[in-house]
Amino acid sequence: MAAKKTRILIAKPGLDGHDRGAKFIARALRDEGYEVIYTGIRQTPEAIVQTAIQEDVDFVGLSLLSGAHNELFPRVVDLLSQKGAEDILVFGGGIIPEEDIPSLKDKGIAAIFGPGTTTKQIVEFLKSARESS
Amino acid sequence: MDLVTEVRRGNLRAIARTISLIEDLEPEAEGLVDDLYPYTGRARILGITGSPGAGKSSLVDRLITLERRRGRKVAVIAVDPSSPFSGGAILGDRLRMQTHATDAGVFIRSMASRGYLGGTAAATGDVIKVLDAAGYESIFIETIGVGQTEIKIVELSDIVLLVLMPGAGDEIQAMKAGIMEIGDIFIINKKDLPGSDKLLAEVRYVLGFKNHSAGTGREWDGAAGEDADGVANPVLMTRADSAARAVGEDGIEQLEEAIDNYAAQIESSGKLAEKRHFRLERELLGILNRKVHQLMDVHIEVSKQLPGWADLLYRRDTRPYALVNEQISKFMKERAGD
Amino acid sequence: MAKEIEKHREEWQRSTVEPLLRGRPERRSEFVTGSDKPVQRLYLPEGYSEAQYLEKLGFPGEYPYTRGVQPTMYRGRLWTMRQYAGFGTAEESNKRYRYLLEQGQTGLSVAFDLPTQIGYDSDDPQAEGEVGKVGVAIDTLQDVEILFDGIPLDKISTSMTINSPAAILLAMYIAVAEKQGVGRLHLRGTIQNDILKEYVARGTYIFPPEPSMRLITDVFAYCSREVPLWNTISISGYHIREAGSDASQEVAFTLANGIEYVRAAVAAGLDVDDFAGRLSFFFNAHNDLLEEVAKFRAARRIWARIMKERFQASEPKSMMLRFHTQTGGSTLTAQQPDNNIVRVAIQALAAVLGGTQSLHTNSREEALALPAEDSVRLSLRTQQILAHESGVTTTVDPLAGSYYLEALTDRIELEVWQYIDRIEALGGMIPAILKGYVQKQIQESAYRTQKDIEKGERVVVGLNKFQTEEKKPLNLLRVDPAVRNLQIEKLSRVKASRNASRVEETLKQLREGAKQQNVNLLPLILEAVKEYATLGEICRILREEFGEHRETIVL
Repeated sequence: MAAKKTRILIAKPGLDGHDRGAKFIARALRDEGYEVIYTGIRQTPEAIVQTAIQEDVDFVGLSLLSGAHNELFPRVVDLLSQKGAEDILVFGGGIIPEEDIPSLKDKGIAAIFGPGTTTKQIVEFLKSARESS
Repeated sequence: MDLVTEVRRGNLRAIARTISLIEDLEPEAEGLVDDLYPYTGRARILGITGSPGAGKSSLVDRLITLERRRGRKVAVIAVDPSSPFSGGAILGDRLRMQTHATDAGVFIRSMASRGYLGGTAAATGDVIKVLDAAGYESIFIETIGVGQTEIKIVELSDIVLLVLMPGAGDEIQAMKAGIMEIGDIFIINKKDLPGSDKLLAEVRYVLGFKNHSAGTGREWDGAAGEDADGVANPVLMTRADSAARAVGEDGIEQLEEAIDNYAAQIESSGKLAEKRHFRLERELLGILNRKVHQLMDVHIEVSKQLPGWADLLYRRDTRPYALVNEQISKFMKERAGD
Repeated sequence: MAKEIEKHREEWQRSTVEPLLRGRPERRSEFVTGSDKPVQRLYLPEGYSEAQYLEKLGFPGEYPYTRGVQPTMYRGRLWTMRQYAGFGTAEESNKRYRYLLEQGQTGLSVAFDLPTQIGYDSDDPQAEGEVGKVGVAIDTLQDVEILFDGIPLDKISTSMTINSPAAILLAMYIAVAEKQGVGRLHLRGTIQNDILKEYVARGTYIFPPEPSMRLITDVFAYCSREVPLWNTISISGYHIREAGSDASQEVAFTLANGIEYVRAAVAAGLDVDDFAGRLSFFFNAHNDLLEEVAKFRAARRIWARIMKERFQASEPKSMMLRFHTQTGGSTLTAQQPDNNIVRVAIQALAAVLGGTQSLHTNSREEALALPAEDSVRLSLRTQQILAHESGVTTTVDPLAGSYYLEALTDRIELEVWQYIDRIEALGGMIPAILKGYVQKQIQESAYRTQKDIEKGERVVVGLNKFQTEEKKPLNLLRVDPAVRNLQIEKLSRVKASRNASRVEETLKQLREGAKQQNVNLLPLILEAVKEYATLGEICRILREEFGEHRETIVL
C-alpha cells in the first residue's frame, strides 16, 4: 500500500438532514482509495473549516439540499482562506440550480456536482485538481 | 513556515501538516520529530479501546468536555482500519466528538491504518510526540481493540481504558484476546442495557484472578484487588448518551476522577516511569528495524524482489537461509563500495 | 397450483417458449422489481381456495383490509388531493394555499423551513441561509395566524409536516382555530409527529428518543380527549424509501415504528382503542407500478394483524391502516425535467390503485427547486385526470386477483414479517436504531441502487440512457434571502408587544412540567404559545431539560 493518501472531508453544512448522497459519495470515494473523513449532518461552516485544517485534507466536499448553498458554501471558502488554508479545494453537491453555479465558482468553489452526478465524474475532478495543484 | 516553531506555538495548520508528513512517511518527518522531541514528556496519554459499538467515541466526547473544564488542552487520535481492497478508508469517529470541533483547545485527528511498514503504531507514536510538543496535556488514542495491531497502538499509552458493553459477547472476548492484560481502567458502557451487572461481576472476577496470580502474596477473597504494584484496577459503569447526561446519571464525572486518581497512583508508585521506559525501548527497536530495512532497500529493493525470491523457493530452486545470507553479503559488498 | 395448469405450464415452456428463446433471447438474463427482487416470466393462479381468499384478501372495509379500508373506496369519496406546500414567509405561503384551494385541492399540507422543524427561531445563528427555504418560517403564533388567514379551519383539513416540535405547532393551530371561533372538537388534520424515522432517514430530530416518545404520547392522550378528529401521527415510510430502502424495508421499518408508538402509548396508560384509530401512515410511491400497489396492500394486511393479535385492538378503526402517499422525489431527474411529469403520473396511479386516502404529486422541477405555480397546478391536474378520466376509481381494488400482484403482495408481506421479527429480536425499534441496524439496511440498499445506476444496469431515462444535450430553461422558484430579515423584524416586533412576564411565567411552568414524567405538556405549551412565546424559546427549555440527540452511527 502506498503511504501517501488523498484525504477528503465530506460534510453537510446547515440544518439539512438528507445524507443519502453524502454517505454514498463517502463510501464510493473510499472504494476508490481515498481517505474520507465524514462528519455527519448539522455542521457549521466554522466546524467544517476547523476539521479540514486539523485533518489536513486536500478537499472539502459539501452536500446541501436545502437551498442554503449561496450563503454557506462561500462561508466555508472564506473561513478557509482566513485561516491560511486556501489551498484546500472545496467542491459542492446536492440541489443547486445551474444559474447559481457561476457565482459559486467566482466565490472560490472549485466544482459543483448536481443531481445525477456519477462517482466517476467526481473522481475525474479530484484527479485533475490534484495534478494542477 | 518553520514547522517546529509553529507546532510549539500551537499553530493548528502546522501541527496538522507535520502529522501528515509523518503519516506519508516523508523524509523530513524524522528531523521534525527529533527537533520536537525535547519538548515532549508533559502529556498524559490515554489509550481507549474496545469492540465496535461499545461507545468509545461518545465516552471520549464526554471526557473531552470534562478535561476542558479542568482547563486542559486535549488531543484525540482516532485510528480506523484502511480497506484492504482499495486502500481507502472512512474515518468517522470524530462525528461523535464534533461538538468540540470549534474549540481551539481540542485537536482531533483521524488516522487510517494504511498498512504501514512497521505498523501503524510507529506513526501514531510520532504523532503523539507532535501533539505533546504542541502543548496538548491529555492525548487520547482511540482504536478498536480487536487485533494485535490495535493492541500495539494502545500500548503507546500511559493508561489504557478498556470499554465493554453488556450483551455484546464481551464477557468471552475480554478474557480471550489478552485485552484484560493490557487494560488499566475498565469501563462498562451502556450500563442501562440488560446484562450489565453480570458483566461487571465477570470483569471483577477476571481482574481479581489476574491480579491474584500476579502474586500479591495475599489471600485472594474473590474481589478485584490490586495488581502486583498495589495499584487497583478501577471498574466503572457509564452511560455516555445525551439523555443520561441531561439527568446527571452518566457516571462520567466518576470516570474522570478515577482516571486522575489512577494517574496519580502510577506516577507516585513509579509504574508510569517504568511503562514509559519500556515503551521507549520498543519504539527504538521499531525505528532500528525500519531503518535497517530501509538501508537494505537502497541496494537490494527487498519489496520488489520478494515475490521473485518466493518463487525460486517455491520451485525449490534455492534454500531459504542461503538466499537471505546471499542477499546480505551482496548488500554488505555494495555498502562497502559506497 | 392446480395440476392441470402446472402440466400446461411445463408444456408451454418446452414447446412455445424455448424455441422462441433460441432465436430471440430475453433482453436480460434476470428481471427484477424496482427493489431488485426477481420477477418470473409468467404468473399463474395459485389456486387460492375460498377460505384462503377470505383470509388473505377478504372484503374492503373489513379485516384484514387488504383490499381497502373503506367498502366503497373512491366510489364513495375520492382521495384527498393534498399538495405539500410552503416557503418563505407565512404571507407568501398563505397565498399559495389559497391558490391551490381555488384550483381544486381538497386539503392543506404545510411545509416548514428547517429552522422551524429543528426548533430554532429565524434570528438564531443556526438558521443562517435556511430561513424560508424548504418551507414556511414559523417563529410565533402570529405567523400561524397569517398562514391560515382567510382559510376556515372548520371546513378544511390540514396536514403539518412537523416532527420534533409537532406539539408546539399543534398548539398554535388550536389557538388560531380558537381565534376563528372554531372549537377543537371540530378540527381535522394531521401532524407528522414521527420522531423514529427522523433518526434514520430525515434528520430533523432535536431530543433523544425517550423524551421524544413522551412528547408523542402526550399528544395522543391530549387529542383523544380534546381534539378527537385529529390524526395525531403520520407514521412515515416515505423518507425511509427516499433514504434508499427498498419497498419491503419501507413497510417493515414503518410498521415497526408504529409498533413502538403503540407500545409506548399503552405503557403510558392509554387504552389502545382510544388512540389507535387516529394513527395514520405516510408512504412513498416509486416507479415499479405493480410492486408499489402490492406494497400498499401488504401493509394494510400486516398492520391489521398486528393491531388485532399483538395489541388486542377491538375497534375496527384501530386496525385500519389509513395512509397518505407522496410520489417519490428521489426518482425525479434534473435532466429532461418534463420526463418527471410522466413518472409522477405513473406513481400517482400506483397510489390510487393501492388505495391511498390522500395524495401529493411532485412537480416537474422537483430535482432542482420548489415548484412554481404552473408546475404545481399541473401536478394537481395529474390527480384530477386520474380521478375523473382514468376509470380506475369506478371499482374497488381493481387489480386484485392479478396473479402477479397477489404473488407480489404475499412476497412483500413475508419479507416484512422477517424484518419485524429481526427488529423484535434486537429489542424493538429503538434499540435497533441505536445499534445502527436500520440505518445499515437502508444504506446497503441505497449504495447498491446507486451503483446499479452508475453501471447502467438500472436505467433512468434521460440520465444514463436517452440523454440529450439541449437544456430547457425553467423558471425556477427562488426564495428571497430577504425573508430572513423580514422574519427577524417581525420577531422583534412580536417580542416588543407581548406580555414579557406572562411569557416567562408560562415558560417556567413548562420547564417544571418537563421535569416530571406524568405531566401532559400540551396544555402548558398551549398557554405559552398563546402568550406569543417563540418556537425557539419553547424548544430551548425542552432542549435543556431533555438533552439533545446527536447522531452516532456513521456508515
